[in-house]
Amino acid sequence: MTETITLKVNGESHTFTSDPDMPLLYALRDTLGMNNPHFGCGLAQCGACTVHVNGEVTRSCVTPIAKVNNAEITTLAGLGTPSKPHPLQTAYIEEQVPQCGYCINGWIMQAAAFLRDNKAPTEEEIRVALSDLKCRCGTHASILKAVRRAAEQIAAENAAEKTHAPT
Amino acid sequence: MHQPNLSRRKVLAGTGALVVSIGAVLPQDVFAQSADAALSVKPALLPTELSSFITIDPKGHVTTYFGKIDGGQGLFNAIGQMVAEELDAKFEDVTIEMGDTATSVNQGGMSGSTGVSSGGKQMRAAAAEARRVLLTLAAQKWKVPVERLTVSDGVISGPNGKTVTYGELIGGKFFSTKLEWNKQMGNALYAPGKATLKTPDQFKVIGKPIKRTDVAAKVFAQQDWTADVRVPGMKHARMIRPPVAGAEPVSYDEAALQKQIPGVRVFHDKGFLAVVADKEWDAVRAADALHVTWSDVKPPFVDHDQVYDYLRKTEARTKKVEKDSEKIDEVFKTAARVMEAEYEWPFQSHACMGPGCAVADFKDGQLTIWSGSQKPHSVREGVADHLKMPQDKIHVMWVQGPGSYGRNDAGDVAMDAAVLATALGGAVRVQYSRADGTAWDPKSTPSVHTVRAALDKDNKLVGLTYHSQAFSRLHLSSQESRAQDTLAGQFQGTKMTPNDTFAGPENAYAFANLRTSWGVVAPMLDRASPLRTSHFRDPLGPQITFALESFLDEVAVATKADPIAFRMNLLGKDRDKQVVKATAEKHGWTERVSGPTGKPGKNGVLTGRGFSYAQRGGVIIAVIAEIEVDPATGRIWPRKFTVGHDCGLIINPDNLVKVIEGNIVQSASRTLFEEVTFNAKGVTSVDWNTYRIMDTMDVPETIDVVLVNHPEMPPGGGGEGSTKPVAAALANALFDATGVRVRRAPLSPERVKQALSSTRSA
Repeated sequence: MTETITLKVNGESHTFTSDPDMPLLYALRDTLGMNNPHFGCGLAQCGACTVHVNGEVTRSCVTPIAKVNNAEITTLAGLGTPSKPHPLQTAYIEEQVPQCGYCINGWIMQAAAFLRDNKAPTEEEIRVALSDLKCRCGTHASILKAVRRAAEQIAAENAAEKTHAPT
Repeated sequence: MHQPNLSRRKVLAGTGALVVSIGAVLPQDVFAQSADAALSVKPALLPTELSSFITIDPKGHVTTYFGKIDGGQGLFNAIGQMVAEELDAKFEDVTIEMGDTATSVNQGGMSGSTGVSSGGKQMRAAAAEARRVLLTLAAQKWKVPVERLTVSDGVISGPNGKTVTYGELIGGKFFSTKLEWNKQMGNALYAPGKATLKTPDQFKVIGKPIKRTDVAAKVFAQQDWTADVRVPGMKHARMIRPPVAGAEPVSYDEAALQKQIPGVRVFHDKGFLAVVADKEWDAVRAADALHVTWSDVKPPFVDHDQVYDYLRKTEARTKKVEKDSEKIDEVFKTAARVMEAEYEWPFQSHACMGPGCAVADFKDGQLTIWSGSQKPHSVREGVADHLKMPQDKIHVMWVQGPGSYGRNDAGDVAMDAAVLATALGGAVRVQYSRADGTAWDPKSTPSVHTVRAALDKDNKLVGLTYHSQAFSRLHLSSQESRAQDTLAGQFQGTKMTPNDTFAGPENAYAFANLRTSWGVVAPMLDRASPLRTSHFRDPLGPQITFALESFLDEVAVATKADPIAFRMNLLGKDRDKQVVKATAEKHGWTERVSGPTGKPGKNGVLTGRGFSYAQRGGVIIAVIAEIEVDPATGRIWPRKFTVGHDCGLIINPDNLVKVIEGNIVQSASRTLFEEVTFNAKGVTSVDWNTYRIMDTMDVPETIDVVLVNHPEMPPGGGGEGSTKPVAAALANALFDATGVRVRRAPLSPERVKQALSSTRSA
């Protein structure tokens, strides 16, 4: 049994037929040929497959495709680009965070949603928000530094916007 | 020694018959004798050829060919900096091609923290030789002595303002220069030319904190990993492993499977069982859906919590005394006091972020493999051995895999893909499941370490014995270069030859009398075992150091000595003392005997500090851990680590700090949480819930790294050593905080809580 599925991925629309139970991860990788996100566990335990579905952090490895029909999907590739990077991407480069980087989708996508919803997070709040993600290379200390740095950059940008906003 | 193999590309290019004769290696400087300095056809891929390591295109871009790989620790930068330095080229103009068997000689792959110390040494020598040859070419062109030339950023300047670029001199052609090869392959390969290396006062690129070039690509999702390789027409496969280790499929219902998932097929040979489909999701479903009847075998294992007794009670198959002072027995007989303790370390899993993945493509008798293995040249040798193919029909290309820290599952999955591609024809991608990666990857061995100290009447340590009982550190070779060193080879019935080996502590302690020894016990299941043992980052280092450095702490307490002062008295080398001293100073260490000093802090939390030290292949590492312990939960939080590190010449200090931070966190994770669990049938820690690793809640607040630089020394291997002292530093801090000594890892909340409550009730 197949269903017709439409996804808007990083702003581009795709329509295809699929087993409705197939997880979104396989649609992104196998059907649409995208190289991010990654398969890490297939169990929603590590985060390597993380995308945003209509802005919400979603583990694509356990999300049936039928549940996200017509949804807007953002992957790491859609979060920012070298010419227009997300503050987290800038911070990751400044802090030289990744070793292997295989886990990177989960950390950046989850932190991006967290910083969008939490303007001035404490250290504890950052740690809690990212606690269900895995990194086997042990780069957590750099990850936390990068998220703090990005939070500061976002706060500074917001402050600058306020200053320049028309009254 | 392995014979070098000609790559297919070179054979097809028709460079003529090549006689590989070791005795015929004649170092000569072709440039000094001949105008035919640059060859239009690349010479054969041999360690004796400069062109095997370095080429330069007409625009002056330098490509170096490296027979090792970067597992994620920034080796691309280190090699690039070493090459740019010796070549006097811009760092940005250097590309490192890694781990392609068609373009690089076998430098041993990622192995033993030798990426810089031996791999970099060779690339540096090759770059220096290329610079020398290019200067000679320019001197010949202008008919001036070489001494009158200068070079900067790939541009040679001569008298009267003349300049010529490397690209103009050799661009698009190939060096014909011969190197003086030491006739070793692998890590030991060294083939320098006649050039003299730069001295530290001449360094412009080495020692600079240049940012990694691969980070941005990863951050913007522009980098591909092994799992991202796609070949037209590629099929997807999943492996099916037995529910009881040692069982083989007796029958399976392929017809029922095909009715459920059309187009899926099963491949089976002895214990090797896979499903193959056009779509990845179909392969995933098929692996679950296939009904298999397995052979009835006796479950081969003891339960995981019985493994230490099993090791103790089983007669070792191989025994070795590594160090043995003549008077060791005598000093124990005459000792005023003898102390003894036993330490235990569990099986641990690599549990890499991504389970193994590889793609193999078999066409017209030629097999191409894309692999994330640390040792692509070993993959080629192993596949040739298992599939009885000549090596020149096999091309292995390394593609960045998830970080690997030893002999992980990448070496197995490459063979699985090769077996399936050659059997079915065309391209097959094998993606392991999480359970394949966590339950079925090669493991580091559990071990029991017995340490004894002889003290004289003045409490002086006059003798020490150290004995380990374990499974072999290399039941499975760290190189998958034989059929038997892969899971597929073992499942398909290849002959097994035991390889029993272990190791002893590495340090600069000048023990008055010392015996180190080990006994290796036969594996509980000798083939296709989910508990087959092999190397995992700093093979045996964490466990061996856990035992010795915990024990020295116990002796220090028993003799009422400060733990650092106690070790400073034992250390026989100034360089090691310097690292320990620098670490203590950075931390602000004040001398006292370890043990609880005061009342619990907020919420009953106890605090403590612990010291530990080790060497790893000449690299010196000292660690101080500061922890908080919650007696109510048993949770240890390693709030802060101070790490002293001396690996000789530092190539890139910022990147080295990152490598050390990663090692500290990973090793703290192994110390506090990680234990492979199993029952008689097989491994029960199969995912991230059952094989717990550290997360952000437990990550240290601070990791202070003190780099002791020795530019006058060769660079050592900084990749792994800092994993070694972490476990003992934490156990020693736990004692300092609570007065309780835990001698079995992991120091999990459950174990610590139990240890604290049993002490209290005692």
